[in-house]
Amino acid sequence: MTIPSPASPTGLWTAAGMIAAIVLCSTTGEVLTAAAMKSVGDLDAIRAHSGLKGAVRAVLTCPLFFAGVGFLALAFFSLLFALNHLNLSLVAPASASLTLVTNAIAGKFFLKENVDRRRWTAAVLVCIGVYLLAH
Amino acid sequence: MAHERLLPRQYMILGLVAVCAPLGDTCLSRGMTGMPAISMAHPATLIAAVFTPWIAFGIALLIAFFASYLTALSWADLTYVLPATAFGNVIVALLARFWLQEPISLERWAGIALITVGVGFVAHGPSLTERPEATPTTRPASQVAEEQPQ
Repeated sequence: MTIPSPASPTGLWTAAGMIAAIVLCSTTGEVLTAAAMKSVGDLDAIRAHSGLKGAVRAVLTCPLFFAGVGFLALAFFSLLFALNHLNLSLVAPASASLTLVTNAIAGKFFLKENVDRRRWTAAVLVCIGVYLLAH
Repeated sequence: MAHERLLPRQYMILGLVAVCAPLGDTCLSRGMTGMPAISMAHPATLIAAVFTPWIAFGIALLIAFFASYLTALSWADLTYVLPATAFGNVIVALLARFWLQEPISLERWAGIALITVGVGFVAHGPSLTERPEATPTTRPASQVAEEQPQ
């Protein structure tokens, strides 16, 4: 794997570490947010029953939601940090496509989702597709 | 209850997730590139940038994306929502090709084809993992008989 002309010379392991930090924070944030929304319940049904205010209140009173948003913010700042050292053409496709696969794994083990052959195939196809599109 | 098929309204929410995120990013990019270089010595310029039309519109689109994304996660699995909404990447590439007249390489066309097939795969499956329903506690027949009025 070659690092395409970063602004300052960055080692392979340092680049891998930065991308790993983005992927890890993003996956943790997505899983926590998904768990929060599952614990809140169907937002459409809540909105129909208690109105928009009730739906907003249901989300904002869930601590898991804030933990998820916190990790998503960490992922955003990790991305900004990585972009300061590496090229966008490396960071964007690598982090976007790897996150799809790690989310499938995390969804299976932490959220107990039924990640069947169909979903694995979709995750891998989209992962390669995003890489090709953004490369 | 497992939602085998989504309602048209729910497909619309997934469409909003797919469209709002890339369009919001594009608006932010359009707004920021049109501004003079911002230095760390003048951070207030960054706050002023928020109120320029392109960036304000981009932020509004990203808020719409997050609200739709949270709604989708409340009735569908994470491993369904993420691949299904990746179609937004294809929309942006097609807009770039046919609206901005940007050339698309063979590699990118291959990417578009793979994402489209992947989205088709996941969209035809169930959107939510079936969980075992909480079954009501079954009491022994003797206990039920004791409660019967004599």
